Amino acid sequence: MKKHLRFAIAFAALGCGTAAYAQDDFSAQLKARQGQFRIMAINLGILGGMAQGKMDYDAEAAQAAADTLVAVSNIQQGPMWPEGSDNMSIDGTRAQPTIWDQNEDFLSKWSDFGTAAQAMQAAASGGVDALGPVMGQIGGTCKACHDTHRAPAN
Amino acid sequence: MRRGLIVGGLCLAAIVAAGLFVTRAVPVDASAFDGLEGDAANGEKVFTAAGCASCHAAPDATGEAKVILAGGQRFDSDFGTFIAPNISPHPEAGIGSWSLGEFASAVQKGVSPDGQHYYPAFPYASYIHMTDQDVVDLWAFWQTLPEDATPSQPQEVNFPFSIRRSVGVWKYLYLTDDWVMQDVPKPELERGRYLVEALAHCGECHTPRDALGGLDRSQWLAGAANPTGPGQIPSLTPDDLGWGPTDIVYYLETGFTPDFDSAGGHMVSVIENFAKLPASDREAVAAYLKALP
Repeated sequence: MKKHLRFAIAFAALGCGTAAYAQDDFSAQLKARQGQFRIMAINLGILGGMAQGKMDYDAEAAQAAADTLVAVSNIQQGPMWPEGSDNMSIDGTRAQPTIWDQNEDFLSKWSDFGTAAQAMQAAASGGVDALGPVMGQIGGTCKACHDTHRAPAN
Repeated sequence: MRRGLIVGGLCLAAIVAAGLFVTRAVPVDASAFDGLEGDAANGEKVFTAAGCASCHAAPDATGEAKVILAGGQRFDSDFGTFIAPNISPHPEAGIGSWSLGEFASAVQKGVSPDGQHYYPAFPYASYIHMTDQDVVDLWAFWQTLPEDATPSQPQEVNFPFSIRRSVGVWKYLYLTDDWVMQDVPKPELERGRYLVEALAHCGECHTPRDALGGLDRSQWLAGAANPTGPGQIPSLTPDDLGWGPTDIVYYLETGFTPDFDSAGGHMVSVIENFAKLPASDREAVAAYLKALP
C-alpha cells in the first residue's frame, strides 16, 4: 500500500514537472540559439582579426575557426525556435515574429550562411589575403537575416 | 465694449496672420542654382551617402532593383505611419516632371512643388545642409534612374499632424541650418560632419526626440528609442560606444562590430551604402564620431 502511494506521488510529481516544462519561458532554447551565435562571433573574431592584421595569420587556427563555422551551420535549427519564443511573446530575445511568419525566408538565409561558411572552409588555410573577401560574404549573410528578423538591442 | 471687441478681433487676426506667416512653406531661391552644372558621377555618390534608395526603393527590393525608387516602404511612428512615395523619374507616378528648383525645395526645405510641407520623416532637416552643388549633381544622377509607374500611397498620419500646415510649426521650432558640431579644424572632420549631419542623416535615428518629434540636439547622437519598433538605437558618443576609429571604419565597411556581432535593421542598408563610398569617407565619419563630446 505504502509502495502504491509512493508511486502515486512520484507520478503526480512527474505530471507537475511536465506541465511546468510545457509552459516554460523557453530559456533552454534561448540559451542554445544565442550560444550558437556566440560561437560564430568568437570564430569570426579569429578570422576577422587575422584579416584586419590585428593578429598574426595562422593557417591552422584559421582552418579550425572556419571548420567550426561550418559545424554551427549544420546544427538543426527547428527545435531551437519553438512557436511563441519571439520578442513580442517573451523577454530575453530579439527574435522578431517574422522568423515564424516568413519561416522559409529565415531558413533560406540560414542556409546562405552555411554556403558562405563553406567558402571560408575552402579558403581559410590559403593565406591571409583570401580571408577578407570571404569575411565580407559571411557578413553579408549575417546582415541579410538581421535586417528583418532581429530587433535592435534594448 | 465694442472697442474691446474690435481690438480683440484685430489681435486675433494678427495672431492668425503671424501664425500663417510663420507656418508658410518657403521654397528655395531657384536662382541660387543658376550656372551650376550637374555632375551625375558625383551625384551617384551623394545618392549613396544620402541613402535615398534605402527608404524609397520598393519593400524587399535588393541589389540592382534598389535604384527603382517606386516607394511603398512603411515607417511606423508615434504620429502615424509614413509611406515612402514614388520618387522615380516617372513623369506622373514619380517626380520626372519636376524642375531643379522644385527638387531642391523638396530636398533642402521639405517643400513640395504645390507649396505644401513634407513630413519630416523625409530627413530634410539634415539635407538642409546639403550643398547646392551636391543637389544639382544629385538631380543630374536622378535623370539616369529607371522610371516606375507604381502610384504613391496616401500617408496614414494621425490628427492633428494630418493637417500639413502643422508641419510649419514643427519647422519653426526645429528646422535650422546651424551645424551641431561648430568647430571642424581639419578637412577630414569637416567631411565627417557633412556625412554624419547632412547626407547620411545619422542624427535622425541616433538622437532622441522630444514629444513633438524634434531632435534634442543637446543629446546629439546619444542614442534613442527605436522609432519603428521595440529596442534602442545605440549611442555613438565615444564614451558610450567605446570603439576605436578602425573599429568604426571596419563596421561601416563590413557590418561587423568589434566583437563580431553584426549590424541589423535599418543599419544594414546604411552599411550597404557606406561600403560603396571611398574609404576616406568611412574614416571621416570615424574622425567625426571620435570628436563628439
